[in-house]
Formats: sequence, structure tokens, C-alpha cells
Amino acid sequence: MAKHDINRREFLKRLGIGSGVVGLALTGCDSASEKVTSKRSAKTDIPTDSMTYRTNPKTGESVSILGYGCMRWPTIPGEGEEVLDQETINRLVDTAIAHGVNYFDTSPAYCRGQSEHATGIALSRHPRDKYFIATKMSNFAPQTWSREASIDIYRNSLKELQTDHIDYMLLHAIGMGKGMEEFKARFIDNGILDFLVAEREAGRIRNLGFSYHGDIEVFDWALANHDKYKWDFVQIQLNYLDWKHAKELNPRNTNGEYLYGELEKRGIPAVIMEPLLGGRLSNVPDHIAAQLQQRDPEKSVASWAFRYAGTHPGVLTVLSGMTYMEHLEDNLRSYCPLVPLTDEENAFLYDMADLMVQYPTVPCNNCKYCMPCPYGIDIPAVLIHYNKCVNQGLVAENRQAPNYAEARRAFLVGYDRSVPKLRQASHCIGCNQCSPHCPQTINIPGELQRIDRYVESLKQNKA
Amino acid sequence: MKLLKKIRWILAVISIIMVTLLFLDFSGTAAHWFGWMAKIQFLPAVLAFNVVVIIGLVVATLIFGRLYCSIICPLGIMQDGFAWLGKKSKKNRYSYSKPLNVLRYVMLGVMILAIVLGLGFIVALLAPYSAYGRIAQSLFAPVWQWGNNLLASWAEAHDSYAFYGVDVWMRGSITLVVALTTLLILGFLAWRNGRTYCNTICPVGTVLGFLSRYSLLKPVIDTSKCNSCGLCARNCKAACINSKEHTIDYSRCVTCFDCIGKCHKGAISYRRGIKVSEAAVPASETKSVDGSRRSFLALTATVAASAALRAQEKTVDGGLAVIEDKKIPDRKTKIVPPGAKSIRNLTSHCTACQLCVSACPNGVLRPSTDLDSLMQPESSYERGYCRPECTRCSDVCPAGAIQPISAADKSSIQIGHAVWVKANCVPLTDGVECGNCARHCPVGAITMVPSDNSEDSSPKIPVVNVERCIGCGACENLCPARPFSAIYVEGHEVHRTI
Repeated sequence: MAKHDINRREFLKRLGIGSGVVGLALTGCDSASEKVTSKRSAKTDIPTDSMTYRTNPKTGESVSILGYGCMRWPTIPGEGEEVLDQETINRLVDTAIAHGVNYFDTSPAYCRGQSEHATGIALSRHPRDKYFIATKMSNFAPQTWSREASIDIYRNSLKELQTDHIDYMLLHAIGMGKGMEEFKARFIDNGILDFLVAEREAGRIRNLGFSYHGDIEVFDWALANHDKYKWDFVQIQLNYLDWKHAKELNPRNTNGEYLYGELEKRGIPAVIMEPLLGGRLSNVPDHIAAQLQQRDPEKSVASWAFRYAGTHPGVLTVLSGMTYMEHLEDNLRSYCPLVPLTDEENAFLYDMADLMVQYPTVPCNNCKYCMPCPYGIDIPAVLIHYNKCVNQGLVAENRQAPNYAEARRAFLVGYDRSVPKLRQASHCIGCNQCSPHCPQTINIPGELQRIDRYVESLKQNKA
Repeated sequence: MKLLKKIRWILAVISIIMVTLLFLDFSGTAAHWFGWMAKIQFLPAVLAFNVVVIIGLVVATLIFGRLYCSIICPLGIMQDGFAWLGKKSKKNRYSYSKPLNVLRYVMLGVMILAIVLGLGFIVALLAPYSAYGRIAQSLFAPVWQWGNNLLASWAEAHDSYAFYGVDVWMRGSITLVVALTTLLILGFLAWRNGRTYCNTICPVGTVLGFLSRYSLLKPVIDTSKCNSCGLCARNCKAACINSKEHTIDYSRCVTCFDCIGKCHKGAISYRRGIKVSEAAVPASETKSVDGSRRSFLALTATVAASAALRAQEKTVDGGLAVIEDKKIPDRKTKIVPPGAKSIRNLTSHCTACQLCVSACPNGVLRPSTDLDSLMQPESSYERGYCRPECTRCSDVCPAGAIQPISAADKSSIQIGHAVWVKANCVPLTDGVECGNCARHCPVGAITMVPSDNSEDSSPKIPVVNVERCIGCGACENLCPARPFSAIYVEGHEVHRTI
């Protein structure tokens, strides 16, 4: 017995030495990496005084290059209803402001109509001159196209945001739905645009602009009338994938290159939305992620997209809908300060974009404009699951594919996990009530039914 | 001679685990490997007219005695488990009792009559394997599934696809209550008296008892060694050893070998029998057993009458439209799964063991609540539909109630036909395009046509080619109309091949 005891003690001793060595080795690594680490490493504190600012040519005010998009506020996990997590929102806003973010972009339509209210609460805890508020005229539903209903929306925004003036006011998503016809019904025929111009003259709106998705005719019309309306800024979708490939991916969309070029020509500052495509430029196919990180292992995949958007000199601010503190921190690291991309780096990103377009992902950015589907389908969840599997190489071409069994299981099991059965694509009846709301003009029923056919072939083992 | 007992014990444990896994494992793996365990059960084999198995079991019984009851029958093994617990709390708790032959034969007669007359309810209640199946399916399976779902959420957290979540669904309240009652009564009887059920009510026990009297090998008492201590009798869970007379009632002995191990004198051995000893005593005293039987049946009837409430499904996600649960349409003829051949074939063969119900991965099969087919499977499509690639129920059925078919056979077996309900059809009620039924029909039996014959642009509605329709229920399940679908399946009494 005594012998046993000694052995045990001996063993523990060796183990102790062993772990000590491991510990040393680890600290060794740590201190080694500390030396060469750049300012953007996840370990170091984010500087609070290094935010890059751009100047609004009209007012001369400094706008932080990182703008806070308030479309993706966090919800309380596990709540039956989607209730926004105000406590976390406050913390996010505090952190953002502490690091120099001063542009907050919301809308009466965001987060099931709760975004303005929550943003108002979080911001009102700070001095009003520390930040700019951007909100929108989101009169999408036909019953809000009347002058009175639209003005009600505007007045309600002031109330929810607890302010007497809006710094940046936008006509929300012109070009969506029925294009020119819908645009006129929403803003021209009812005199709302004139009303907003008058509000600007009265000082309650300090900058007037619009955000654009969809039909290019509306964008061109708006810019053709620049002399009349004097757009102070325009919000467009811009990222290294859409710069050259937006039209190729969907003929109804327009390349970022054209949109930005038109603004630059007229000297209108651009506010950038979807710099990350709702995370699709962060969650890229594995080998593309590897190439991006190989160039700079200490920077996130997402940071490339943010640096890309910020590098354009005509950009006033780049919006990011940051749900988690980690998102915010990562973006702050990209912009405190912004290190502009070199021409060579730009070319590299365009090469990556060329690779990405070869993947049959659906260009869904999870904005949830299409929701709720009247028949209960969780449209973004279905599309995101599909995209995830495409990017992870889990969409097998056919049964002969070497990873067919693994891909099949992962796709089907993951599908049931991400989307409850009753909300899956098989229940899409093709009523097409969703598609007009999609800023990316995705043919949603077509994509859902395509995915459903794929699921069916997997289930029947016929792929 | 403790070795024999040990072997019996090991075989019994393996056997009950295999059978139980058949009911628990929803992935189909257990059915693939141990499916034969269900097929060698006596009553299902008789109903399936599985000659090989019947002959095998008869021969085995003629050689070894009622070993079937100790190592194949899951209900018997389960009772041994309870009896073992009973013996822990009180040693030497049994004693010899006279056989209740009248009761046994009456029960056997009832069983035969029920089979001949097609009274599935009675067959289902009396059949031992089915009783165990119901217990496993309605009581053990939910626990297993909850455990699985825990593992699934763990796997999900670790980005693994090793486990996937399943719907835990109490399929039938009546079956659940019957199973629970059976478990409680049998558990109690076994805990106190051992194999009471097996030697009074179980018709399989009675039939095998006829044979085991004449079995080649049996425990035999050597009177020259026996000192009449009675230890064997007090440890015989079948209460079949009359130690005073040195006789064993072989019709009730389940060859558990407990007595052999208990005898200090080595007076009992398992060998070729010399004489057939019968204790033919008229069953005049049937108080306790009859009483419990009566209460068993009475209790079953009471609870059967009061159908429990169905568990409400939790609806979540605020950003999503609320989805109403589908309700079962009022079908004139019920639907039974492909392979059943006809409703009659199913009712006359099915022992309501719930194996098919456990195996169904699509939420289609559930025990019937009709009295004439109580607890036997029937199909309905509120939770899923009879998917083209699945033949699980036909693979597992041991009783010939659902006969084996291939996926290719299935696509041409017509178990019913779809019926369109104009009042619910979404293109007409909601004014939107649909066609989800036509899109998902695996045999292309549905075509969308303009609702107004003279107007090509009028909303499109489905028309069903009933000659091609196989009644799988894809259309009914995926129809957006709720709670009642705009297209539903009427069952066919006799299935057809198209």
C-alpha cells in the first residue's frame, strides 16, 4: 500500500511540474505575441480617442465613420414575445459613445416598431449634442400613404426619440415595391417630401436625404431633382461584393460602383448601409475566410468589409447593426482609427468577391423586412441556414459527392434545429406577399421552393 | 447449478434491452438490428402465421420448457425485475398455490374467441408482448426522447450533428392510461407474488404450459436428497413447487432455475423428466387473482372513458405569425398505413403492441381510440405525412398486420384518396396563389386549374386524379388552411395497387 501511495504522490508531483511547464510555455507565447501585436488585437483595450471622423460639407460637423445601425438590437433570450433587451442596448450605446461613435440610425419600422423607442431611451441618457439621430419616413403600408398618416409617423419619431429635431431624416427605401409609382404615392402626391423640406427650413430637420433599394429609375429621378430638393446625404448599399457584382447576382439590383459614382459626381455625402451584407461578408466560405485571415491573421474577416466601405472618401459614415458587444468592439477596432485600404488590398478584395459570387448563396441579409410571413414561415432563418451550409460546403451536388452522407445529415439536422418544421420552406405557398418588401429584391418564393426541392431530394436520398 | 440461472439472467437482460430499444430508438437502427426480436414473439407470430417461428417456439418449449417466458417475453422479464425487488424487501416470500386452471382456460378461450371474432381490443389487452410494447412506447419512450433532446441541445451547442431533437408527443391518452395501469398492476402483483399474471391470465403462458408439461428437460426433485425444507417453494415465483408432495407443476414452471440454486441439498436438477406431475385441482379459490383482474379491467374501462386532455404546444417567436394547430378532419373511413392491405387485415392481425407507432418518424401513426380497433395504429396527417422514402412501420410489424413493403411498392399502394374542400382553399378564401398541394404530391396526382372554367386568369384550385392519388397526405399536411386543410385524405377499406 505504501508503495502505491508514493506512486500516487510521485504522479501528482510530475503532473504539477508538467502543468507548470505548460503554464510557462503558454505565458511565453503570450508575452511573445504581446510584443508584435498590433493595436487591433482582440486583447488590447480599444482606444477611446482614435475614432476617424468625416466632415459633413453642409454643416461642417464631424460624423464618426462608424455609425450605429439600430435595426438589429438584441432581444431578451427565451422571451415568448420578441422583447428588446433595453439594459444591453444602453450598455452598447454607452460603449459606442465612449469610443466616439456619434451617428445613430433608426427607423419607425425597425425591430417590429420598437427600435426608435429603445434607441430614444438609450440616447436620452447622454447630452443631446453628443450624437446625431438619423431616422426615416417609413410609410410603407398603403394605409400610411396619406399626408396625415405620414406626418403622424414623423411626429411619433420625435416623441419616441425624445427630441425636438432630427439630425438626419431619410425617405426610407425609395425604389422598393412598385418603383416609381410607389415612390410618388409615398412622397410626392401626398406632399410629404415638400413637408419634410419645409421642416428642414424650420430647423427641425437638419439634413434631408433618402435611402435607396431596388428600382434604379427612382434613384435617378431623385438625383435628377437634386437642384430642387438639395439632398444633404444619400444612403446606399456599398460593399466589396456589390461594387461590381450586385447586378450580376440579381438583374433588378444596381452595382455599388454606379450608385457611389453618381453621388460623388454631385458631391453628396454617402451613408453606407449593408457594408457587411447582414454578416454575409463575415460568414464567408471557409477557404475565402482563410485567405482573408492569412493576409492579416489578427484582424477579423469582417474588418476587411468595414475598412473597404470606409476607404471611399465620399463616405460620411458606415452603418453597422451591431447586436452584440463583440460586434461593436470588433468594428471599433477597425475604425479607431480607420487604416484605409491600399489599391493592392482593394484589388485583393475584388478577387475575393469574384470567388464569392460563384457560391449559390441567397443574398439575404436577415433584415426581416419580409416578416412576418402570413403563413408562418421563418423566411430569413431558412435562407440563412441554406447559406450557412453552402459556405461550409455542406450542400452536396449529388449522391456521388464524397461528403454526401455527412452533408445530408448536417443539412437536415441543422435545418430542423434552425427552423421549426411548421416554419420551413415546404409550407411556402408562393403567395409572394414577401418579395415586394425585400430590399435585395430576392425572389423569395422561388428561392424557398428551390431549397424545399433540395431538402426533399435529401430526405428521399435522391439528390 | 447457479450457472443456469446466470445464463438465463444474462439472456433475459439482453433480450429485454433489445426489445425495449425497438420501442425507444427512433433512428431505426435498433429496428434494423433487433427487429427479429419482435418477430419471434409468440402471439404476433401466430397472428402473422409465421410458421417457422411458431414451430421453433413449440419445439423449444417441448425441449426446454417455458424458457420463452423467462428469456424472450419482455413482459415476463419485466415482472421478474419487480419480483427481484420484492425478494430484496422480503426473503422467501412465495409459497405454493394450486393452479387456477379454470381461469386460465377461460382466459385462453376469451383470447381465441376475440381473435376469431376480430375483437382487437381484447386481444390487445391480453397479449403479453403488446402490453409491454405499450408500456415501453407510452412510458419509457418519452423519457428516452427527453434524454435525447438534452443530448441534442448539448450537441447543438457544440456544433455537432451526432444527436438531433425529436418531438416528444403523447400519442394516445387511452393507450397511456392502459399502459400505466398495466404497469402498476403487474408491477404490484409481481412484486408480491411473482408470476401471477403469467399463470392465470396470459394466454401465451397457458398455451406454452400445455406443451411444457411434456418438455424433455425440466427441473426434477430428487426425493432421496430432498429434506422437504420448502426453500424451493418459497423461492418459486411461479408458485408451482409443491415441496410437501415433491412435485412441480410444469405447466406453470417458467424454467427460471431459481429453485435449483436455492436448494442446499442439490436435490433439484434440470434434466430429462421422469414423470409428469400434475396438480389438477379445481379452481375454486380465485379470490385474490380474480379480484385484481377485475379491478384491472374495471380501471381500464373507467379511464378509457375519460380521455385526458391533449398537451398544448407552446407557440414562440413574436416576429412570426401564429400558426394554428391542424385538427383531424372528420374522415368517413380511417387511414391505415401501406402494407396493412386492408382495415380488416390490420384489425384481425394487430396486437396493438405500438411498435409501428414508435417507429413512425413522421408523426403519422397513433393508437386508435375507436373501440373496435382500440390502440391499433391509424394514420392522420396533422403533424406530418406518410413520406415516400419511409417503410419503417412495415419493416417492424411482427404480427403481419402491416406487411413488409419496399419504398417502390409504396408509391403504387393506394391507401386512400385526397378530397378537396372548397370552403377552405386559400386561393379562394385569401385571394393568393398557392398550389402547395400540387407542388408536393409525390405521384403528381394534383393539377392546378382555373376555378372559373370560363376565365383562365381566375384563381387556381387543385383537382385530384383519384386514380393516381396514393393517399400519402402530403397535400393535407402541407395545405396552408388551418385548422382544417382544404384537401384531406379519405381512407380506403381495402388498399389497391395502382
